[in-house]
Amino acid sequence: MRIVCPFCGERELGEFTYLGDAKPARPAAGATENEVFDYVYLRDNVAGPMSEFWYHGGGCRAWLKIARNTLTHEISSVEPAAGVGARQVGA
Amino acid sequence: MVGPAQTHRLESGGLIDRAAPLGFRFDGKSLAGFQGDTLASALIANGIKLVGRSFKYHRPRGILTAGSEEPNALVELRTGARREPNTKATTAELYDGLEAASQNRWPSLRHDLMAVNQLFAPIFVAGFYYKTFMWPAKFWEAVYEPAIRRAAGLGRAAGVADPDHYDKAWAHCDVLIAGSGPAGLAAALAAGRSGARVILCEEDFAFGGRLLADGGTIDGVPAAEWITRALGELATLPDVRIMNRTILFGVYDGGTYGAIERVNDHLPSPPEHQVRQRLWRIVARRCVVAAGAIERPIVFAGNDTPGVMMASAMRTYVARYAATPAKRIALFTNNEDGWRTVETALAAGLQIAAVIDARPDVSAAHRALAAKGGFAVLNGSVSGVEGGKDGVRKIAVALTGGARAEVEADGLAVSGGWNPAVGLTSYHRGRPKWRDDIAAFVPDSAPPGMVAVGAANGAFGLGSCLRQGFAAGAAAARDAGRSGNAGAPPVADDEDFSLTPLWHVAGKGKAFVDYQHDVTASDIELAQREGFESVEHLKRYTTLGMATDQGKTSNVAGLAIMAVVSGKSIPETGTTIYRPPYVPVAIGAFAGHHRDENFHATRLTPSHHWAAEQGAIFVDTGLWRRAQWYPRAGEKDWLESVTREVKAVRGGVGFCDVSTLGKIDVHGPDAGAFLDRVYINTFSNLAVGKARYGLMLREDGIVYDDGTTSRLAENHYFLTTTTAKAGPVMQHLEFCRQVLFAELDVQLTSVTDQWAQFSIAGPKTRDLLREIVDPAEDLSNEGFPFMGAREVALRGGIKARLFRISFSGEMAFEISVPARYGDALVRNLMLAGKPFGVTPYGTEALGVMRIEKGHVAGPELNGTTTAADLGLGKMMSTKKDFIGRVMARREMLVAPDRQVVVGIKPVDKTRRLRSGAHIIPKDKTPGPDNDQGYVTSVCFSPMLDQWIGLGLVERGRERIGEIVHAHDPLRGEDYDVELCSPVFYDPDGGRQRG
Repeated sequence: MRIVCPFCGERELGEFTYLGDAKPARPAAGATENEVFDYVYLRDNVAGPMSEFWYHGGGCRAWLKIARNTLTHEISSVEPAAGVGARQVGA
Repeated sequence: MVGPAQTHRLESGGLIDRAAPLGFRFDGKSLAGFQGDTLASALIANGIKLVGRSFKYHRPRGILTAGSEEPNALVELRTGARREPNTKATTAELYDGLEAASQNRWPSLRHDLMAVNQLFAPIFVAGFYYKTFMWPAKFWEAVYEPAIRRAAGLGRAAGVADPDHYDKAWAHCDVLIAGSGPAGLAAALAAGRSGARVILCEEDFAFGGRLLADGGTIDGVPAAEWITRALGELATLPDVRIMNRTILFGVYDGGTYGAIERVNDHLPSPPEHQVRQRLWRIVARRCVVAAGAIERPIVFAGNDTPGVMMASAMRTYVARYAATPAKRIALFTNNEDGWRTVETALAAGLQIAAVIDARPDVSAAHRALAAKGGFAVLNGSVSGVEGGKDGVRKIAVALTGGARAEVEADGLAVSGGWNPAVGLTSYHRGRPKWRDDIAAFVPDSAPPGMVAVGAANGAFGLGSCLRQGFAAGAAAARDAGRSGNAGAPPVADDEDFSLTPLWHVAGKGKAFVDYQHDVTASDIELAQREGFESVEHLKRYTTLGMATDQGKTSNVAGLAIMAVVSGKSIPETGTTIYRPPYVPVAIGAFAGHHRDENFHATRLTPSHHWAAEQGAIFVDTGLWRRAQWYPRAGEKDWLESVTREVKAVRGGVGFCDVSTLGKIDVHGPDAGAFLDRVYINTFSNLAVGKARYGLMLREDGIVYDDGTTSRLAENHYFLTTTTAKAGPVMQHLEFCRQVLFAELDVQLTSVTDQWAQFSIAGPKTRDLLREIVDPAEDLSNEGFPFMGAREVALRGGIKARLFRISFSGEMAFEISVPARYGDALVRNLMLAGKPFGVTPYGTEALGVMRIEKGHVAGPELNGTTTAADLGLGKMMSTKKDFIGRVMARREMLVAPDRQVVVGIKPVDKTRRLRSGAHIIPKDKTPGPDNDQGYVTSVCFSPMLDQWIGLGLVERGRERIGEIVHAHDPLRGEDYDVELCSPVFYDPDGGRQRG
């Protein structure tokens, strides 16, 4: 698989590490145990387009949000994982 | 060496080099061939028909094909450590001195006692393992499996380490082309002329594909001449790379392809400093698959008799290799193309016994050819073959209309039509579609960027191959943004490939579908009767297509027969899923250079070379190679050395390289706030110039990592991780910074490799440091108190970081210098420390001292323990949010009966404590119900003069002083131990503060 890192360009899969679903957002401080439990443990088993976190550890060390189809492995977009963080990474 | 005369070699012709004779041995017999031969063609030239025994029934088998689809002619190639089993004689290039042996026979190929298996054929039907070896269950391992493994199977592995080297390489191109037949060469010409970067891979050592055997006329010149011209032109194009002996075996995501190049398999052994094979990973924008087609057999009784051969293979041996598989040939065909073998054989002066054509009508031209060649054309099918290990003798024919006939022949060419090689196009779960006009599956969809052309696309005619290949090559170049002029396509006529499908001829005797796994037509019928009708079930129940050839000659016939017996059409029956690799690939090629000491990278500490000079014993921890202990002359074992090292530290001064700890610089106005969120304790209130121990949880509340973090400046912290978690913690912190807490203004830099860090410990630490550190620096207890951390100047001016932290429990500092000074520092420490008896210590002594002090490490931070389990629950801040805070409060994680860290020592002081021993209450029987924990870390404590350890024990901290039972079923040991405080030595910590 090839991933086009927004900072490094097209690179090979081996440079990246997969984390998982990018959808769940970490609950703010003061969240209930149930909310945090959902965040930590509950995941959709997506067959189709999915937003995922990947880490470019073999390159720029940026966390990326990648839209990938889990059925075809087709990657439709790659972007820095978070807006503010992205600015910092790119700066 | 050059052997005897080649009895079955034509006087002239072929693409062999008669000026380069080669000697070789098959089953010990000396034989001769020529440069340009394969092992198969050389065996044929020597009149050898019997080359192997079949997998299950040990039936005599000959050569069926002339390519990598070969199911029968598998040999053990080479000898000794280079012996490779299951090598296809049809693709093994002949070299002088080649040694090959037949497989799966005993005591010899001609007299194989295991052929008795044929008598038991009724029990060896589909699913016979499942049905026959059911009971008694314990017989499976002891009796059945060894017996089956002996009797069935293929070649023997060498059994010793592979002496050869394998390489791995990357390549990038615009257009990748699989195959150098007419379609592949035309594609390369078009793409190359357009200015594209082209890589063309050809499995064979010669370029041209079927043109090499079948010839033809292209652009008005003979095919051979056209090939030479095309290769000549391609050689002039700057970005075209042509690779022979290289086959594409797999397609991966994003236009990545796997190819294996057999760099030196055509030589007895690779030349010095060269590799045997090279695994290519090729990234291509477009891929043109011109992999050709595979001629398919017709299933009839006795179709595995040596001498029965695919018609295209027969003419390949005659035309390309000038080797004659038979002197008097019969042809069984259902199509027009099969007749080409007759033409080739007649041209070579061979005799045609008869043509058995299953189609209702045969053209006038063929009838004229028969009249001229003096042979009969029989309208019907082959219903049986008489013959054996010496080959075909007689062929029984069932004539259309019911009459029977016999044909005497010593070779039978069979053509059932052609199957496009749909492997590469189907590896992404693409299902090929059925085409009635050619009675074959062709690619329907293909992985992104890939297109099949020519025979691989069901276009068998030469003109069509050239046209499709050229158009695809030009289009691929355009798609890749290359706009040069592709020029004119090569032109040729299309031949007639029309056929009437025929898969199976009913008859008496075994009719093989899958030669390599001995699957017969009746096995498929049986599978259908027993309900294994789905092709995936059929495959697994009968093992059809599961041998090393992956059913290249058998799959379509097998499902065609299934279609007939289940009353469905072939497209309804469908195909199994195609998976790479297309041909077997040596595991060594996937490993490449990553074997033995190069299996993974080795990271050396800054003091490594010095330690090696001292004769240190090293231990691999992860990728790091660390000094484990430093033996001295006269010490009888590791324990004596380690005990000396510990005593030297506790009584004087010692040092240890701790550069392997993960080190991360944390910068920014929000650095403190950031650390507060990733550690359970607080760092924002840490004073500049101080260090603090920190504990990190996972989001699920379990301990992740620990280490000390120092505040070197207002906005600059220096964080250390454990050696094992250096990488993962960096990744985790980057996730926190970039994703979870992106609003914080903080930056992280991994500096693990930038700093050489040494722990200097023992009561004389200051004395030693004063020799190293600039005298202006105040190292007194007041000037540099416990948990102090700051930059200092060394004598000579080098800046170092000094941390007053202690893992050993002694008065200690950790000093770090830029990594390039690590070696100099360690040598200076030895020099300056001589008057104080400075002693280097390794990871063992480090471990002993941390256990004596009850510090937790990897065995306790094991992914199941909470902060409270480790006795560090009080560190958890209640005033802030941090990773893992909420989940750490879950009921089971705060239950009072959790297993917690406690000290353990044997009641009998002379006894050795072993880690892994289970803790059982004194009055209970050992077993899972009474298991209360286990010993995690042990050492011999020089200070207590006995074995001690740490363990995770239920309610351990409440049970200090209790005598329990250590149960060690692995080592067969049972003994009493006392639960005690984990801090064995200097419990009030006075030494480290002094």
